[in-house]
Amino acid sequence: MDLVSSPSYETVEADVLVLGAGGAGLRAAIAAAEGGARVMVVCKSLLGKAHTVMAEGGVAAAMHNVAYQDSWEVHFADTMKGGKLINDWRMAEIHAKESPDRVLELERWGAVFDRTWQGRIHQRPFGAHTYPRLAHVGDRTGLELIRTLQDRAVHQNGVDVHMEATVFKLLKSRGRVAGALAYRRADGSLILYRCGALVLASGGAGKMYRVTSNSWESTGDGTALAYDAGAQLRDMEMVQFHPTGMVWPAGVRGILVTEGVRGEGGVLRNKDGERFMERYDRDRMELSSRDVVARAINSEVIAGRGTPHGGAFLDITHRKPDFIKSKLPSMYEQFLKLADVDITKQPMEVAPTIHYAMGGVRVEAETGATSVAGLYAAGEVASGLHGANRLGGNSLSDLLVFGKRAGEAAAASAVDHAKAAARKLDQAEVEEAIAELMAPLERPAGENPYRLQAEIQDVMTAHAPIVRDESGLRAGLEKILELKARAAVCGAGGSGTLAFNPGWHTARDLHSMLVNAEALLRAALERKESRGAHARSDFPKTDDELSDVNYVVEKTPQGMQVKAERRPPMPGYLAEAVRHSYARYTPEETE
Amino acid sequence: MDVSNLDLKIWRGDAKGGEPVTYRVPVREGMVVLDAVLWVQANIASDLAVRWNCKAAKCGSCSAEIDGFPRLMCKTPIAEYGGQLSVGPMKAFTVIKDLVTDVSWNYQANKEIPPFTPGEKDLSSSEPWRMQQKDVERVMEFRKCIECFLCQDVCHVLRAHDLKGAFQGPRFMVRIASLEMHPKDVLDRRPLLKGKAGIGYCNVTKCCTEVCPEHIHITDNAIIPLKERMDDAYFDPVRSLLRRLGGSARKPSA
Repeated sequence: MDLVSSPSYETVEADVLVLGAGGAGLRAAIAAAEGGARVMVVCKSLLGKAHTVMAEGGVAAAMHNVAYQDSWEVHFADTMKGGKLINDWRMAEIHAKESPDRVLELERWGAVFDRTWQGRIHQRPFGAHTYPRLAHVGDRTGLELIRTLQDRAVHQNGVDVHMEATVFKLLKSRGRVAGALAYRRADGSLILYRCGALVLASGGAGKMYRVTSNSWESTGDGTALAYDAGAQLRDMEMVQFHPTGMVWPAGVRGILVTEGVRGEGGVLRNKDGERFMERYDRDRMELSSRDVVARAINSEVIAGRGTPHGGAFLDITHRKPDFIKSKLPSMYEQFLKLADVDITKQPMEVAPTIHYAMGGVRVEAETGATSVAGLYAAGEVASGLHGANRLGGNSLSDLLVFGKRAGEAAAASAVDHAKAAARKLDQAEVEEAIAELMAPLERPAGENPYRLQAEIQDVMTAHAPIVRDESGLRAGLEKILELKARAAVCGAGGSGTLAFNPGWHTARDLHSMLVNAEALLRAALERKESRGAHARSDFPKTDDELSDVNYVVEKTPQGMQVKAERRPPMPGYLAEAVRHSYARYTPEETE
Repeated sequence: MDVSNLDLKIWRGDAKGGEPVTYRVPVREGMVVLDAVLWVQANIASDLAVRWNCKAAKCGSCSAEIDGFPRLMCKTPIAEYGGQLSVGPMKAFTVIKDLVTDVSWNYQANKEIPPFTPGEKDLSSSEPWRMQQKDVERVMEFRKCIECFLCQDVCHVLRAHDLKGAFQGPRFMVRIASLEMHPKDVLDRRPLLKGKAGIGYCNVTKCCTEVCPEHIHITDNAIIPLKERMDDAYFDPVRSLLRRLGGSARKPSA
C-alpha cells in the first residue's frame, strides 16, 4: 500500500535528508546540493542554535601560519597519539590533509578569523597539538563556523530546512534507508520524509550525564536511530570528560570553560597552590591531552587537594586584563555574569564535565557510509577519527572535512538510487512507530519522563565516571536495563497535548539516551584495559594487545551485542609519521 | 545564601490567549531564570514550552521578557530580583505556546539579504587571503550576534507598529553591516537598505543596543554608518546636483 494518500502525516520528498543542522549537517547539505541533490535539513532546534555554536577554542588545521614546521603528518600523529592509537588511521589521515582547505574555504564564504601580523589566519596553541594550530575567532569560533555555513546553506539552491522537527524513526526499503518519520515540536504533526540517501549529523549524547556541557538536544538520537536501523556502532565506551567545566555556583555546573584559557597561558593549581600537572605530564603540563588533564583534576579532588567546590583553580591572572578580554571575551563575560568572578583578577574554579562522544556510528573513512545502505554519518555522531580521546579543535575540522565527504557521497548515492525515494515503505512499521511515539500521551498516570531522565543521569554519573570498574559498570547496566523497561511504559508528564509539549518530547528522547547508555556500559565492560577516556581501576594499564582492537556494538535478535574487531595495520608512511613525531604518547597512570 | 523560595510568574497560553501562572520554586545558589523555568517544567508543568540550548549565552535561544525587559533567561541570575519575578514571551512575535514565539520571519528576512560576495580577483586567486586584524575587527563586532532577536523584540518599529514587511529590524542591520564592512565583500547593498531592508524606519532610539546581550553597538556602529552610506548615495544635495548635470556621482542602481 502506498503511503502518500494517508492523511495522518505530510509526505515530503528529497534526494538527501540531513538530520541535524550543526557544522556537519550544514556542510553535508552544502556539499550534497553542490552535487546536484535536492536536500532537506531537519533539526530539533532553530537554525544556528546547534551545539557547534558552543565550540570556543578553534578549528585545528595544519596551515603552518604560526609554526612553519607544522605539516599534515604532525597533525596526523598528534591525532593518533591523542586517540591512543585506536583511531581509524585513514580517517585521521584524510582529516589532517584536508582540514586546511576546509578552513580556507570557510574564509572564502565570509568567515572572519583572527589574523597574524602578516595578515594570515592566526593559530593558537591547544592541548596535545605539537604546534599552534587552531584557527580561531576569540573564543567564539563555533559561532563563526555555524553562521558562515548557515548563510551559505540558506542562500544555496536546493537546500531546504525544517526547523524544530525531531526524527524518531528511520525507514528502510529492501535493506536500504529510504525515509524517516518526524514530528514537529510546535504542534506534534507528523512528517514522512522519503529520500534517496540520509546523512546523520545529529551530534552526541552528553545529556545522559548529570554534569555536562551539552544542551537538552544531545540525547544521542542519531546513534540510536542508526542502531535501530541495524547499523553498527563503534568505540561507544569512549566519552570525553572535558577537564574544565564550571563548578560553581550549582546552577551553572558543567558549563564549558574553553581550553583556550590554557592555550593562552592559563595554569591549573590545587587548593595548596601547587601546579599539579607537573606530576601527571611534566612535558606538556596544562596542555596535555584532555583525558590526562581530566583524570589529573579528578585525582587531586579524590586526594583531598580539591578546591572548596570540588575542582581545581584555573588561573590566567598573570596575563594583562586587555589581553584576556580580547582573547577570551566570552569567558570573561561568562564568569563575571554567572559566577561573579573577574577572571582578570581571580582564578576560576573548574572540574571535569561531560563534553563529547568519540564513539558513535561506524563509518567508512572515505565516504561516511555506515553499515546500512543509503545511510551516512558525519561529525560527533560518527566514530573513528578521535579514537580513545579527541584533541581540542579536531571536532570543528572533523565536521567540515567529513561533513563535506558524507554530503558528496550521499548525493552521489541518491542519484544512483534515484528510485529509492519512490520505493514502497512498510506501512505496518510506520504505524507501529507512530503508535509508539504517541503512547506516552495516552498514559497520564505513567511515570514522569523528567524523573526517568534524571535517574539515567544519576546512573551514568555514578557507574560510568572518569575511572570505572567492572562491578560498577555491571551494576550500572542492570539499572539501565531496568530503566529501559520503565521508560517503555512512561507517560508524558501528565499532559496529553500535542502542542509544544516538552514532557512528551523528553519521553521520546529517553529511548535514545538509553540505547547510548547501554552501549556505553556494555562496551566499557568489554574493554579490559585503560586507554584514553576509558580508565578502569581494575585494569589500570594499557594493553598493547588491544591497540588495534575496536569494540563494535550491534542489534541482534538476542539484543545488544558487543564484539571485538581488529583493524588492519597502518601503512608504512603513516606508521613512520607517528614514529617521527615529537608528541609524547601518554601511558595510562591511573591509580 | 539561605535556601528560600521564588514566586515565579510564567505566562502560559497560546496565540488565542493566556495568562500568567505563579509557581513556587526552591532557590539554589547561583540560579538563573532559565534554571527556575526548567525546574517548573521538570517538577510541576511538564508541558511548559520554552526554547533553550547552550545555557551559556552563546546560542540565543532562551530570549524572554523578564519583568517586562527583554533578556536571555540563562544569563539572568534570579538574585537580581526579590523573591518574585515574571517571565513572558517576546511580544514582537506571535506566541506559539507559553514562552515560545514564532520567529520564522527573521529567517525569511535573512534570506533576502544577498550573501557574502568577494571580488573576482579574490575569488580567482589560489593564494590564501591576507587581511589585517584591525580591518577585520570592525566586522567581528557584528559577527558576535547570537540571533537571540531581543533587539527585534524591543524595536518599536517591529513591536509597536508591526512593520515587519517594511523594516528588517536591528538584527539585520547588523547582518548587512557585517557584509558591507567585510574587507573582501564588493557587493553594494545600499539599494537593499533603502528598499526592502527599510533602514529609514529606524529613528535611532538605541533601545536595541541597550538589550543586546553581546553588547554590540548596534545603533552607533552598524545602523548610523549604514544610514550615512545610504544618505551619501541617495540624498546628498551636492551629489544630486552633480547627477543632474550628468556628472560622475552616480546613484546606485535600485
